[in-house]
Amino acid sequence: MKSKIPVGILGYGAYIPRLRLHTKIISAIWRAAGSAAPAVAEKSVPALDEDVITMSIEAGRTALERAGIAPDRIGALWVGTESKPYAVKPSATVVAQALGITPQLVAADMEFACKAGSEAMQAAVAFVGSGLVQGALAIGMDTAQARPGDALEYTAGSGGAAMLFGPASGALALVEASTSFVTDTPDFFRREHAPFPEHGGRFTGEPSYFHHTLSASRRLLNEVGREPKEYAHAVFHQPVPKFVERVAKELGFTEEQVRTGLVARRMGNAYAGSSLLGLAAVLDVARPGDRIFFCSYGSGAGSDAFSFQITGAAANPRRGPTVEDYLSRSHHVGEYGEYLRARRKIRY
Amino acid sequence: MTNDVYIIGTGQTPVGEHWGLGMRELASAAVVEAIADAKTEGVDALYVGNMLGGALNGQENVATLIADAVGLLPAEALKIEAACASGAAAVRAAFLAVASGVHQLAVAVGVEKMTDALPDVVTSALATAADQDFEASHGLSFVALSALMMRRYLYETKQDRGAFAPFALLAHQNAATNPKAMFREPISTEQFLGCAMAAEPIGILDAAPVCDGAAAVVLCSKAMLRPHHRPIRVASSSVATDTIALAARPDILALRAAARSASRAFAAAQCTPEDIDLFEAHDAFTIITALSLEACGFAPRSEVLKRAAEGYYARGGQLPISTFGGLKARGHPVGASGTYQIAEAVLQLRGEAGPNQVPRARRALTQSIGGHGSVAVAHILEA
Repeated sequence: MKSKIPVGILGYGAYIPRLRLHTKIISAIWRAAGSAAPAVAEKSVPALDEDVITMSIEAGRTALERAGIAPDRIGALWVGTESKPYAVKPSATVVAQALGITPQLVAADMEFACKAGSEAMQAAVAFVGSGLVQGALAIGMDTAQARPGDALEYTAGSGGAAMLFGPASGALALVEASTSFVTDTPDFFRREHAPFPEHGGRFTGEPSYFHHTLSASRRLLNEVGREPKEYAHAVFHQPVPKFVERVAKELGFTEEQVRTGLVARRMGNAYAGSSLLGLAAVLDVARPGDRIFFCSYGSGAGSDAFSFQITGAAANPRRGPTVEDYLSRSHHVGEYGEYLRARRKIRY
Repeated sequence: MTNDVYIIGTGQTPVGEHWGLGMRELASAAVVEAIADAKTEGVDALYVGNMLGGALNGQENVATLIADAVGLLPAEALKIEAACASGAAAVRAAFLAVASGVHQLAVAVGVEKMTDALPDVVTSALATAADQDFEASHGLSFVALSALMMRRYLYETKQDRGAFAPFALLAHQNAATNPKAMFREPISTEQFLGCAMAAEPIGILDAAPVCDGAAAVVLCSKAMLRPHHRPIRVASSSVATDTIALAARPDILALRAAARSASRAFAAAQCTPEDIDLFEAHDAFTIITALSLEACGFAPRSEVLKRAAEGYYARGGQLPISTFGGLKARGHPVGASGTYQIAEAVLQLRGEAGPNQVPRARRALTQSIGGHGSVAVAHILEA
């Protein structure tokens, strides 16, 4: 898909909570002897005063600063998340109010499991690309849920990023094209009122993550007529690092191309924030002329793939904290109980 | 007096996680392949071995489903259920139908679709083959029941778990060259020793996997044989049962149903264990492999593990078992496993087993065991 009016990323911002949990602390409570080691060594954990709204405000503020545009030029804001603080009442309105974007805007929360953030990116490109608005803020942010003891608990992390889209002139990265690949595939879901998601075990792999990620990626490469080697960086949704390593290999991307964007290795899977955080990490270091390949995945299921090119046009695109700043700022939770308390998992 | 019965066609789907295929598609593929292999038309009856259609797929009346899907209506079609031995029991039903002279040509297909449910649901569904009132309802799943048997075996024989490694290793080795097998990578003794425990002392590499698959065989009377057929005679077919509760058996390590089904099969085929060239064993757990070798009269308890360590049961050994990978590595789609065993034995006796061929294979024993030894179905096939 290509918009009528060329669209680009004007600014972006990330947020990752400071707290970390060594996954060996989870292993000590739950893991059976001889079973595979956790997929990541540590994961980010939100503190009691951090949620998707506060984290989205932080990321959005950085995105606005980097874009250097007035808040009232932004006409749309969507928060894609699986961790809405309110089941009914948008997170987007609180975020918009705090960022000074209200009242003339389109705003809502988006839900498509882990691709809710990239769904917001698609909508942002459409709104800007059709001329409806001059700026649209797409946020993917999560404080990922996982049932204690579930395989997901070892990787469910927290964090995300905001991407501010606008007309291509003056953008730091151009949107070359995007595509979306969606089917009804019930690999992972959280029912109404349920605190934790359920998943289909091995069904979440082959027919779900891999099928959709590979299909969307191949369609996009075909649409833009490019080879993987033409990209400086490739970013994928990252439930566990080895999933990314496998899709990269199958598509023909190298370990070098995916390394920068593979933030899950250091903080786990931030669900709807995961792929956008990887994109933010790449934008932090990409050079003018670099192409960036991006493909999200959301259970249910679908993938959004984008092809970007860095312009070098933005004056000061990297003001404020980088993803690396957030990753290297950490305070480790000492005990499983402290983590349960921070995640409000103790119920009585 | 019964009529001679021959197997003239086999069909197998690959065993694995068939995310896009249901029972209907899997069974149809196997039946169509078997009928094509037999180059025959006019099926009198279809017998379907299936255990979990109701519990996991919400589908009963499975035989009609498959007869309809394959285009066999209005032929006789019945589902046969005997826990993990359902597939072999379907072959038994087809054998009886042809041997009695009621039918001239019957197809037996085993099918199971397990991967649409989560592991705990599958474990519970499998446990419906145990004694629900006295054992399963107390949490004794099949892994747990087999773990009790294995622990007792280790205690009585003063062995450690590692002595069972050769069974898992040979299964994976044999599966490596079977294009239908689920696990086509050999494993090492170190991997076996270090694997995760399912129910101690049973580790995941002692156990057969949850998977999907279907296999079919075509049975017919002598009158139906044509020059193009490569018939394999069903020399005998037998079924025996034992107490459904493990606790009710005087010796939990004596697989009496397996022993009786084998001795009846040997008697009817007028042969002995020494006459068997290959044995498709029910290796759902390594302990069951060892106990069934003992029950069938292939070796006394003191010798089974020793022989395994010496390569006696590997391809090229004195008694090759699980020649295409067995339940352990070809895979164990439960209601289909018995038909896979028989289809594989037919390939061996035809000399069509490719890299898995057992040299000079003339006579094969297949044995499928359900409900941790409460039911056993044995067949002796002759080239």
